[in-house]
Amino acid sequence: MNALAPSAAGRDNAARFVAEYQGKRGRLGDLAARDAAGDWLSRHGLPRRTEEAFKYTDLRPLWERDRPAEPSGAGFAPALLDSLFERAGLDRDWPRLVFVNGQLDAALSSTQSGGFAGVGGDTPDHAVVALNTMLAEDGASLHVPAGTDAGRLVIVSLCGPGTDAHLRHRVVLERGAKLSLIEIASGEGSYAGTVVSEITVREEAALEHVRLQQDAADAVSLSHVRATVAERASYDGFNLALGAAVARHEVRARLEGSYGIVHVNGAQLLGGTQVADLTSAIVHAAPHTSSRQTVKNVLTGRARGVFQGKILVNRIAQKTDGYQMNQALLLSEEAEIDAKPELEIFADDVKCSHGATAGALDEEQMFYLRSRGVPRAEARAILVRAFLEDAFDLVADEPVRALLEQATEGWWDGADALGAS
Amino acid sequence: MSDFLRIEGLEASIDDNGSPKPILKGIDLVIPAGEVHAIMGPNGSGKSTLSYVLAGREDYEVTGGSVSFKGQDLLAMEPEERAAAGVFLAFQAPVELPGVNNANFLRTAVNAVRRARGEEEYDAVQFLKAARTKAKALSMPEDLLKRNVNVGFSGGEKKRNEVLQMAMLNPSLAILDETDSGLDIDALRIVAEGVNALRSPSFSALVITHHQRLLDYLVPDKVHVMARGRILRTGGPELAHQLEAEGYASFLAEAA
Ligand SMILES: Nc1ncnc2c1ncn2[C@@H]1O[C@H](COP(=O)(O)OP(=O)(O)OP(=O)(O)O)[C@@H](O)[C@H]1O
Ligand SMILES: [Mg+2]
Repeated sequence: MNALAPSAAGRDNAARFVAEYQGKRGRLGDLAARDAAGDWLSRHGLPRRTEEAFKYTDLRPLWERDRPAEPSGAGFAPALLDSLFERAGLDRDWPRLVFVNGQLDAALSSTQSGGFAGVGGDTPDHAVVALNTMLAEDGASLHVPAGTDAGRLVIVSLCGPGTDAHLRHRVVLERGAKLSLIEIASGEGSYAGTVVSEITVREEAALEHVRLQQDAADAVSLSHVRATVAERASYDGFNLALGAAVARHEVRARLEGSYGIVHVNGAQLLGGTQVADLTSAIVHAAPHTSSRQTVKNVLTGRARGVFQGKILVNRIAQKTDGYQMNQALLLSEEAEIDAKPELEIFADDVKCSHGATAGALDEEQMFYLRSRGVPRAEARAILVRAFLEDAFDLVADEPVRALLEQATEGWWDGADALGAS
Repeated sequence: MSDFLRIEGLEASIDDNGSPKPILKGIDLVIPAGEVHAIMGPNGSGKSTLSYVLAGREDYEVTGGSVSFKGQDLLAMEPEERAAAGVFLAFQAPVELPGVNNANFLRTAVNAVRRARGEEEYDAVQFLKAARTKAKALSMPEDLLKRNVNVGFSGGEKKRNEVLQMAMLNPSLAILDETDSGLDIDALRIVAEGVNALRSPSFSALVITHHQRLLDYLVPDKVHVMARGRILRTGGPELAHQLEAEGYASFLAEAA
């Protein structure tokens, strides 16, 4: 026995996923990459809270969930998609790709992508990516030719009870191309989903990537974005976390050309015992690049919001402009926000700022509203909406912003969302 | 109807770093329906505290006494219930609400109150028409409706915004806490006209002020002098003139 090898307990939590892979390996491609990922997972296991990067986010439900012998079929999906149109206000006319339990559902989709681009590529270094590499069988491949404005595209991922779904998307915007990509994750019952998006934004191209995560209350929802951004190009991301028992949205972006821009904005609205984590690592690898992050958390019950933001400024990246703001509105005594900013700066002429605030609703503002006849719950909703506004304002595509706002309206009605005092 | 607002032996304190600090020390005050009363008094005497307690602010603890409003126990009501019942407080320092559009705020408030009073809610068109008319009567620039509530408003603009809210909410008891402070001379007249316009046998006002000028326009039925948490003297409008001429010294000496 090698004393340096991880303990059996550390490895075991990935065992059933590796077994699942062995079971279906025969019908998959990209075996070199998948084997390497499986090997990595067998050696490292899935991350526990003892691991620094997952200190605040306990992924145990990922491997401790009971899985029924027979996961659900796709029967639930049409009704759930309908509710996205009817209640969430998703526009039926926007071209969409719909994945059900990790597989493209052509009947529910209204457009086509380039098909699954596979999982091949680099050596594994991240548990969620490794898990996804090992198991993903489908995903969108989007290629926007140079100088083309591709408008909006929606990727919907729906999961049913007892399923695990892994999607691998590849998005390439050629020089000067534009795309507004909207991702919606939803489902029913207890399930786990991972989605890895590999994104390349070439010179002067602009990608807006808005993700609406309204997964089912018992779901584990893991999303991972890897983006490289070229000269004068932009990746403009926004993640709205509303659902899931445990969720993590992680963005690793590299600014490789000068005047590139990365935004990793978001809002996390959580109640009950929900945990949502927005983790980012942005590398400024070229001069005159900028990154901006505005993240708002609204937390009630015993919910926990996590924000980890790392900005790395390489020596060459002079005139970097980095901005990070994480704010939390704590609507109950037991809600909690954990924030970890990290700045690593190796250039001398940069502008980087970080700010964080956490607090309850302003009593004076509450009283002012109530003294005008506005009932307590409505007053609270008004102030929460106001708190979120400067984050939502960052979503440039107006109809998409309206979609997010409507999704949060549903949140007020949900459970005891605003019941806490 | 003489018991429109009846305050008896009202005592209230605020938590001052863990220990209660008494501020109101037994206030007796009756405002009959249809009357306008003024309260004058030195800084720190408890005038704003009284107005907050009447409006239902929770950080003051009522330690004694009672308040009845139209026969109801006012102190048992939530702030929004008091507003629905007809109480309106124009704040001495109106609160800023960043991210809350002024017109939306006003419409939400008006409709909440109308709903609670069993009246039909305004639709967007009706509301805007009413709000524009009232804003115009107060010589308020219309863009104040489009901005966030009180954010970046000048002192006088904030006060006018309070009066606009009052006009829209149609209260039966208006408490104006130094609404005249910070107003230019024209605005002062306009505000007074705003209050006078509401005057009726079923409308009363409690006007807190440091200046005679507002009272020249409003002509109160009664003037109360308040100091150190008590009403020291009650008289007619002439009392305000006496204060203007002599200051508070004689009243305070008398009370000591
Ligand atoms: N939160 C608080 N903590 C401690 N003391 C307070 C608090 N709020 C009010 N007070 C005190 O209560 C007293 C009464 O204040 P209040 O604002 O009611 O006076 P006022 O008569 O309205 O004065 P002004 O004419 O200056 O507006 C003052 O001495 C004030 O310092
Ligand atoms: Mg005062």
